[in-house]
Amino acid sequence: MNETGAAAIDIASVKARHEALFAPNWRARTAVVGVVAAMIALYVAAFVYFDVPWARVIPGLRQLVWFVVAMFPPDPGGHLVTYLNALGETLAIALLGTLLGAVLALPLGVLAARNVIPSAFLRLPIKRFFDSVRGVDTLIWALIWINVVGLGPFAGVLAIATSDFGALGKLFAEIIESADVKEQEGVRAAGGRRLAEVRFGLLPQVLPVIAGQILYFIESNTRSATIIGVVGAGGIGLHLSEQIRVLEWKQVSFLILLILISVAAIDFISGKLRAAMAGRGSSPA
Amino acid sequence: MPSAVVQLPDRQLAALRDAYRRAARAKRLQLFAGGAVALLLIVLSAIQAEVDPKTFLAKIGGFTSYFDRMATLDSGARVWTDPAAWFWSFKRSARLIGETILMAYVGTLTGAIGAFALNFVASPNITGRAWIVFAARRLLEFCRTVPDIVFALIFVVAFGLGPLPGVLALALHSAGALGKQFFETTENIDMMPVEGLRAVGASYAQVIRYAALPQVIASFATFALLRFEINVRGATVLGFVGAGGIGQDLMEAIRKFYYSDVSAILVMIIAVVMTIDISTQYLRRALLSEGRST
Repeated sequence: MNETGAAAIDIASVKARHEALFAPNWRARTAVVGVVAAMIALYVAAFVYFDVPWARVIPGLRQLVWFVVAMFPPDPGGHLVTYLNALGETLAIALLGTLLGAVLALPLGVLAARNVIPSAFLRLPIKRFFDSVRGVDTLIWALIWINVVGLGPFAGVLAIATSDFGALGKLFAEIIESADVKEQEGVRAAGGRRLAEVRFGLLPQVLPVIAGQILYFIESNTRSATIIGVVGAGGIGLHLSEQIRVLEWKQVSFLILLILISVAAIDFISGKLRAAMAGRGSSPA
Repeated sequence: MPSAVVQLPDRQLAALRDAYRRAARAKRLQLFAGGAVALLLIVLSAIQAEVDPKTFLAKIGGFTSYFDRMATLDSGARVWTDPAAWFWSFKRSARLIGETILMAYVGTLTGAIGAFALNFVASPNITGRAWIVFAARRLLEFCRTVPDIVFALIFVVAFGLGPLPGVLALALHSAGALGKQFFETTENIDMMPVEGLRAVGASYAQVIRYAALPQVIASFATFALLRFEINVRGATVLGFVGAGGIGQDLMEAIRKFYYSDVSAILVMIIAVVMTIDISTQYLRRALLSEGRST
């Protein structure tokens, strides 16, 4: 009791001595309050703009609860083989799409790297091109590819490849730009030619990182490939959207469970592989 | 100076060469085995995904000519010669793209609030009870792994067509994705302030407010901005399942082969996405430098 009293007096005296330090910083406070107020205003305005049917919210929530109850227990409803086959299709789409995208992105990614092409004239258009491809969602590419090669998983492969082309191209360029030049200089100092410089100075630095990124993209594309079927481009998404439309909730929950498990499995495998590769890349061997 | 490099006697050199060859051979064998496995997987995948090089070669012309047709108006003129005809539905598309951005904004903010509320619960260094941490993490993992468009499909059935199901879907998925990034940040904070506050008897809420929050708030804002960028992209396709935004119009234009409309909408989407990318990048840099200086 006595001690807290002493502390309180102490704080008061400290405050009195350093008034400027304890004074509230009104400028910072108005800035924070202003930003937060603007964000809330925009939030409310958005809901007004959306013209939300408020009368439907409560019944909708009630329905949602009912859906969740109806999801248990998950049950394939006699379509287990079809669903597993579709899951295999999804994994195949992710793998092939990513690899195809990577193969296409590599040459252009090299050209977009600052240390390969110093001229911004050539480099910037390639980077902007990557950005535009990346700005279009995978599902949009899927719709376009369906118009070209027809419905089915092949359109999905091409859609994933196209959107990955944009994302990976940019990434490859950044990886190559961040490579250390000292190793190449070392090879040159020992009398290596330009080809040897690239083979022994650049590739050993860049390849493990690129391979790791490709694995990571396969992992994240497994997620994208699960939904690409919603527009008809193959994989498990087709069944999922169909079962939701006909309100077969037990099968919906089974399909979601299947997706969760396979995504977790791919995450696990690719995580192990990436760790192994990172270990080998950094060791001096 | 003819030989600055030290030449080892042949006997010593032979042993070194042998060791090098053996090491190189082992590595090559490993690479070869890995390549064989990868090739096998690729072939199996190609069969499973019905990849048909013949159809592809026969129809690849369709892809390039698709862009040609997208650049041509119904009158046969190139789109850029007559912007008024190209963007004839500019007002409607701009309104819908505005709706898309607002959906992303509301979804991201709602998701960020949810993630913020859950992240301290999911961090073992702030919340002591292991089962609470475990439950919070599984919940976030579920929200993160189910794609937003699947949530949107379900919500459209429950709430009807419109932006509301889209916003809810984005919010739920963002809460999962941001929640993970948030608790990974919170897990790694400097524990000294937390221990200091606990030592003077601060409550759970006070520990969060005065010890954890100042350390994490800048990174949280950065992650939320990045998620907003991703959500703008994601919101453009939520309309495919009837969950609001530009997606519905875009899908109709693609399905009904209104080529110049497709390109007009795509150009607007790309322009908006790039603008948002650049401005959030600027904001993120500003936030990070401020976070470092204070």
